[in-house]
Order: sequence, then structure tokens, then C-alpha cells
Amino acid sequence: MSTGRGIGQDHLSLPEKLKLISWPLLLLLTLTACIGFASLYSAAGGHMAPWAGKQAARFCFGMAGLIIVALIDIRFWMKMSYPMYVLGILLLIFVDIRGHIGMGAQRWISLGFLELQPSEVVKVTTVMALARCFHAATGEDVKNPFFLLFPLALVMIPAGLVAVQPDLGTAMTIMLVAGGIFFLAGVPYWMFGTVIALALAALPVLWHFMHGYQKKRILVFMHPELDPLGAGYHIMQSKIALGSGGIFGKGFLHGSQSHLDFLPEKQTDFIFTLFAEEWGLIGGLTLMSLFMLTTAYGYFISLNCQNQYARLLGLGVIVNFFVYIFINIGMVMGLLPVVGVPLPLVSYGGTAMLSVLFGFGLLMSAHVHRDVKFTRRGLDMA
Amino acid sequence: MNRDMERHKEFSRRAMMLGSGKILLFGTLALRLAYLEIAEHRKYETLSNENSVGIRLLPAQRGVIIDRFGAPIAVNKPDFRAVLVPEQTDDVEETIDDFARLIPLSEEEKEDIMAAVRRHRRFAPVLVKENLSWKDMAKVEVNLPHLAGVSVEEGEMRSYPLGRSAAHVIGYVGRVNKAEMTNDPAMSLPGFRIGKTGIEKEYDEILRGTVGEVQGEVNSVGREIRELKRTEGIPGKRLTLTLDSDLQMQCHQFITKHRSAAVVAMDVHNGEVYALASHPSFDPNVFSAGIPADLWEGLLSDPADPLSNKAAAGQYPPGSTFKIVTALAGLESGKINAATHIHCPGYYKLGNSIFHCWKRGGHGSVDVVQAIRESCDVFFYETAQRVGIDAIAQMAHRMGLGQRLNFDLPDVARGLIPTKAWKRKRYNQRWEKGETLIAAIGQGYVLATPLQLATMAARVANGGLAVMPTLLREIGDTEETPLPPASIGLDPNHLALVRKGMEQVVNNPHGTAYNVRITTPPYSMAGKTGTAQVRRTTAKMRAEGIDVFHLPWKFRDHALFVGYGPVHKPAYAAAAIVEHGIEGALSAAPVVRDVLLAAMKRDPRLIRTIDEAESAHEARRHKKDGGEDGL
Repeated sequence: MSTGRGIGQDHLSLPEKLKLISWPLLLLLTLTACIGFASLYSAAGGHMAPWAGKQAARFCFGMAGLIIVALIDIRFWMKMSYPMYVLGILLLIFVDIRGHIGMGAQRWISLGFLELQPSEVVKVTTVMALARCFHAATGEDVKNPFFLLFPLALVMIPAGLVAVQPDLGTAMTIMLVAGGIFFLAGVPYWMFGTVIALALAALPVLWHFMHGYQKKRILVFMHPELDPLGAGYHIMQSKIALGSGGIFGKGFLHGSQSHLDFLPEKQTDFIFTLFAEEWGLIGGLTLMSLFMLTTAYGYFISLNCQNQYARLLGLGVIVNFFVYIFINIGMVMGLLPVVGVPLPLVSYGGTAMLSVLFGFGLLMSAHVHRDVKFTRRGLDMA
Repeated sequence: MNRDMERHKEFSRRAMMLGSGKILLFGTLALRLAYLEIAEHRKYETLSNENSVGIRLLPAQRGVIIDRFGAPIAVNKPDFRAVLVPEQTDDVEETIDDFARLIPLSEEEKEDIMAAVRRHRRFAPVLVKENLSWKDMAKVEVNLPHLAGVSVEEGEMRSYPLGRSAAHVIGYVGRVNKAEMTNDPAMSLPGFRIGKTGIEKEYDEILRGTVGEVQGEVNSVGREIRELKRTEGIPGKRLTLTLDSDLQMQCHQFITKHRSAAVVAMDVHNGEVYALASHPSFDPNVFSAGIPADLWEGLLSDPADPLSNKAAAGQYPPGSTFKIVTALAGLESGKINAATHIHCPGYYKLGNSIFHCWKRGGHGSVDVVQAIRESCDVFFYETAQRVGIDAIAQMAHRMGLGQRLNFDLPDVARGLIPTKAWKRKRYNQRWEKGETLIAAIGQGYVLATPLQLATMAARVANGGLAVMPTLLREIGDTEETPLPPASIGLDPNHLALVRKGMEQVVNNPHGTAYNVRITTPPYSMAGKTGTAQVRRTTAKMRAEGIDVFHLPWKFRDHALFVGYGPVHKPAYAAAAIVEHGIEGALSAAPVVRDVLLAAMKRDPRLIRTIDEAESAHEARRHKKDGGEDGL
């Protein structure tokens, strides 16, 4: 298969790999992250501390990581998929148990320079494991409900562990992303229909098991006037911030809503609101366009990959990216209930930033190694 | 390979479906954003502005009050108060209990604090205890580490250096009650105080000033983040009063030896009131700090009524001091003149009724000067009989009686001068001739305030100019220049006769107040005694002879005196009432003499020698010493 022109080779030299890295995609990521830095700078009232500086440092660190991940052979990542998945699950169990035995509902493990959130980690490792699983499956396998039990378990274990944290929002995004991968892997449409129907039927049961505050959020989402000073307040204030921004915005560092603390969690979940208040419709659409372009780029890369693992992994990362963006922006604009979901690359948060960049590293690795072919078990075809 | 190609194709197809879904969702988000930021922009912009601007009031300093020489009468004294910011403590009640262990707080105080905590935002300081002494403040300061959220602040408290001496004139400030609420934003300032009585009330709006405000951006809990616009408050204006605080204190001392009394001293030419005192009194400093309930109850139930200003609001039968009016009414009407002699056998017969003179044997034949000097009732019965009640009432009004005099205090009594029309209107009865006689000697329906009587004395002394008593000299730096008093149109000769009578009251051995004359030239005074019956003297009492000194206090007659001095170049007029003081000459006349003497001694126009000038200067500098000067 090898043509000896750098592309389509099984083994690439480092300079060849560097040349194959898609620099425009990195530029898109950097631009998006820069919007994040500016917003965090503004959120702190025009200061690098406490958020913007740290976030920029993490981004640089993450970018370096991304390139290293991209240079590592995709086949290595395929081999590592299950071990990393298991590691992620173990970390999740660790924080869950620790929370259970009374050290408080901490969702992170402190590593000194970073507070590692296992739920952010499993978002990527689950995608890897699913890609690995479906890579090995035949066209018949994916139509066989019994075969599907295994990937289903791969999803439900982390989703369940995250849900008991309790972080229902993240659990649901994990399932949504997994659904996307199942879909891309060729699982028959009727199965999706069945699952959706079952899920709708299960809603009352789910409602029963929800925490009070989660129920309230959904109720208030449907009727914000129920609680103008409580949960509905956040949505209301966020809408006021967005709406008062207008077409051109209030200007950088002049978002009155955000600076006056009317906006909750302005450095994390409501960062889009802060940005759109200051930069208006123009700014909001620009950021959304950057996200669209990045998504499109991911599609372009994934569709050009010559093996199923790389394709599923690449689009899995992109679906994950998109789901977060959609839920976050939909939430701050009052289209979706308030669920604690960050805006990728923009919201303040170390683990989220690193896991997103790690995901893009995998996507980039798929791109660099797009012509590498390997067997369903992940070994060289030789 | 074929199978993989197949799979790739299927993957691509499904990826495209997913991608289209994403474009659709992105489109939804974009439309939603556009809707919010374009269609609903105006609505949310308004909401945003309302959200973020808050107004905080800046208290305006209350104007100070000074006397005619610039001595402080009402000032703002720094005051230490403990405040609590509820959000800085985990348990407000516990903190307050801890505080109460250091400085006792009553249950009501604790409840008030908790109520204030509930009323205000969590970051707004709430008053815990004001007017802390140095010792208490030190106690709190030392224990601050154990009192989360508590801090010591400096505020301002109204202080009255003259204390009880001028309590009735100056008044006091206190917390605003519901009835006093206006739309002045100052009312909503925590700890804001309003003038409750006296000058503090009368000129409250001038003293209060205008509150400033800070328009600031506030965050969602109302905490100020940034100042947008600051309008400084305008401090209240300084008031310069006509009072002489040294003389005021002396006046207060002169009357404190009586159970209940009042005195007014004023300038005969321009009506400036130099002193106005009422006794018993109260300490206005206690009021401005917030008066304890038991003390307040005590003041309210005291029969001597310490809260009322007897000098301006107390109405008394003027007694024989009113004979000045009757004499002038007779002279001006022409029904009597300087040569008119009336025989006094000790009683006066009107129809079947007998009206007694105070002197049982009678005065014999007296003219108007002698009648005033000896306060002969019969002379004035006859005069009144000749001129009638309405002419007397008219003269009373010209002398300043029966009217509010436009005085600078909120509570000024009108007094009462009866006329025929008044009685018809009031009681629907005909005026009886005998009532004219009773009125002529200042009894019966006639009522006057010490302030009115002092005004009357001033108008006699100044040659018939309608001076009005006033307390205000300057507002801020603007001098209050009243119009020069108009003439009340009396014949100077008639006034001279009355003055001659008043001079002899004090300076003639036959005068009713000869015992209280001033014997130290160049000082001198003239005056008129008055004794007002508080109950009717019955024939039985008259027959048995009354030992006034053994009557219960409340049945004793009121003692009054009006006077002016010096005799030949009058400068000051004064009037005093000693409630149940038995007899004008006995208790009221000495008060007026002391007051006039003190006033004259302080007057540079009357000081002749360097020694006297120096001692007067000393007296002014040492207020305390000044109090004993006139005794």
C-alpha cells in the first residue's frame, strides 16, 4: 500500500508527521481559546488573576500535549483504549467512594497543579473504548443486539458512576455522545427508535430518582416565573445580559450584568453570556462560527481516515465537543434547562481544557496517521 | 477490503446526517441569540439598567446653633456606635448575645436589632448600640476578634452644652415617627433624627440640610461595586440665635429655686430675646441619645410639667400686671387723665355686687401713677367701668397680648383677651359688667404668657413701638433684619405716666415691690407686680383672714412681675411667672430684678469703669462664674 510519498505510509518520520499536522485546526482552537482568555480577563474585572492567566498557561501546556498526542501512532492509542478506559473508571470509583465515606462530595482529585475531574477524563476514554469496540465489529455484529450489550456496558458504567456523584448533566452528555458513536458505527435505525421510545417511557421513573434541586431546575426551566429569585433567576439574568448586549455589545470590560455579579458562574458555565454581553450578536456569532468551523474540520478529518477506529474516534471527539457547546449555549440562552456543563476551550477549568485538547490530539493523530491501515485487533496488517 | 469500503461509505452517510443535524442545531442557537440581542434588546437593556444602578444616601450634617456671641448651643458631637454586618457572622443572634455579655442589651434592644437585620440587606450595617462610652468602646474594641461582623463606627450625636438651662427654647432631636414622615429621602437614613420641639423643630428643615447621594453600580445582592455619580449633601445651615447663653444659664438658675416658674428677657428696641427659661426642665442630651421609657413616663406624669415651655406656651391670668393695659385704655380714651383722682375705700360697689380692693382699708384718693404704684384695684375698677371691656381688649392687643406674636417656636400660646363678642360666641351669653372689672385687674377670662407680658413691658419701655419678640439673628451668614417696629400710636405722655407708675412700684417706698429695688447705680428698674388668684376668694375666707403660707401649694396664688431697666434709658424688658408663688412682689419680682441686673451688667453701653468692663468680660468668658454674678 505504501507509496513512499509520506502519505499512506505505515511508518512516518517525525518531520513527516509534523508536516502532516493540520495547523489551521490548531489555529482555530487557539482563536477560540483566546476568546476564552479575553472573557476570563474581563470576568475578573480586567485582571489576569485569578482565571485568565492560569487558563492561558493550561492552554499552552495542553497544546504541547496535543501535538505530542498527535505525533504518537494511532495504533498505540488503539491499544491503549481499554486500559485508559479502565483507569478512568477507577478514578471515578475513587472519587465516588471518597465522597461516600464522608470526605464531602468532591468531584476532583487534587494533583497540586490541577484538580483532576475524573468525569472529564471518562468523557474521552469512553469515546476511545467505544471506537476500539466498534472498530473490531463487523457489519453483522452491529446489527446484533447481543453484541451491542458490551459497548452499551462500556457507556453505562461511567454514565452511572457520574450520575451518582451526582452529576446528571455530564452523565447525560456521555450517553448522548455514545449514542452518536453507536449511530456512526452503523447500529440499525430501529434500535434507536426503540431506545428513544423506551427512554421517553422511563422519564417518569427517572424523575422519581432525581434530586430535589434537579427537579426544581427542570420545573423552573419550564416556568422561570416560578422562582424569579432562585433557580429561575440565573436564566433570567443570563437572558438580560445577552439581550442587553444588542448587536454590537456593551464593549470589552463593560458588561454590566457580568461585572456586577448578576451573572452566576460567569467564569465557567455562563462565560458565553459574558462574552456575548460585551461583544454583542457579532461576537456571539463569531464564536459560534469558530465552533462550527472546528466541527466541520473534524468532519473533514474523520471522513478522510482510512480506518474505522480513527473515524469513530475523530467524530466521537467532535460529537462530544458539539454536545457540550450546544447544551451550554442552549442553557445560557434559556433553550435548555440549567445543567452544569462548561463551554469547551472557553470556560475556566483545567481538566475540561486538557481533556478537550487531549481529544483534539487524538483527532490530530487520526489525521496524521490517516492512511495507516490495521486489523480489527489493532495490529499492523504487515 | 470491500467490507471496509462498505463500512466507510455507511460511516460517511451517517456522519453527513449527524452533521446536518448539527448545522440545524447551530442554526437554532444562532437564531435564538439574534432574537435575544435584536428583537428583545430594548426590553433587556431596560432590565439591565434597572438591575445595576443603586442609590446610597449620604447624610448631611445638621446645622449647629450658636448664641449671639457665637457660643455653642446645639452641636454635633462625635459618637461611637457599634454596628453589625450580618453577612460577616455565621450566627447573628449568637454574636448579639456575645456582645450583650460585654455591654448589657435589653430584650427590646435585641429585638430591635434582629428586626433591623431582617429589614436590611445582609451587607448593610445594622446599629447594635450607639452612644458608647470610652470604656464601653474599648471593651468592644478589645473583644472584636470574638465578635464576628461587629465594628465600631463614628457617627454624630446632637449635643446641647447648655443642658437643662435652654432645653425649652432649643428643644431636642429624636427618631422620626410615622406622623413626621415626609418624602425627604433623609428620613430613610438609619439613625436619622428630626427636631422634636423648640428651635430644633421650628427650623428643622433649615438645620437638616439636604442629603447627598451616590449613584453606584450595584451587584445582584445590592452591594456597591463602583461609584457612578456622587452628589454631596448640603449641610444644614448654622443658626445664630439672639440668646445670650450666659444670661440664659443665669435665668435658669434664678428660677430653679421655685417649684415651677418661667422668665423671659428681651431687648426693648428690637425684640431680641436674650433669655427664655422655664422650670422644671429636662436634659435634652438624654433625649437626643434616646430617652429611657421610665424617664419619659416620669416627665409626662410630673404635675409641674417639665416638658412644657411655660415662658411661651404657659397661659396665666396676668393679674395686676394687666393694669398697665387698663391704665393706657383709660388714658387713651380720655376717660381718665393725669389729674383724675379716684377714691378707694377698699371696695367698689357695682349694683348689688361688691368688688374688693386687695388693701382692706383702701388707698384713699389715688391718681393713675399712685394706682399703678400701689396696685389699687378700685382705681382700675372705676377706669374699666368708664371705658368698657372692648376698649381694654383693643389696648391689650396693641400691647401684644392675645396673639401668637409670630414667635420662632413651634408651641406658642395665644393667651386670651375677652370681648363682648368673644363671650357671645364662646358661651352664647351676654357680657356682664362685673366681668369688665375682673378683667381690668387681669383676672377672670384674661390669660397671657410671660412672653406676651415681656413684650408688653418692652412696648411701654420703648415709647410705644410694636416690637415683636424674636429668637433668630442669622440663618447661615444671612442676617435676619426685621422691619423697624411701627408705632402703636399711643400718646407719649400717657406712656410716660404709666412708666412713672412702674418706676415708683419699685423705687418709691409706697411701691408694691420697693423691697426688690436695684440699689447699685447706674442700674435701675421699673416694673409692675401681679398676683393671680387660682381660686375664688370667698367671703368666709376673707372674714377669717388667709394665711397664704399655710395653703397647700396648688391653692396658692401665682406670682407675676413685668419690668424693664434701666429706668430712664430702657434697654431690657423682662417678665416672670412663679407658679403658686403667693405674691408678685414676693417671688416673681426678685427673679425679674436679678435677670435685668444681670443683663444690664453684661451690657457694654451701661458699663462705666474699666474695672466693671473687665469683670463683665471675665463673666462672659467664664460662663459658670457668670451664673453667680447676679445672685
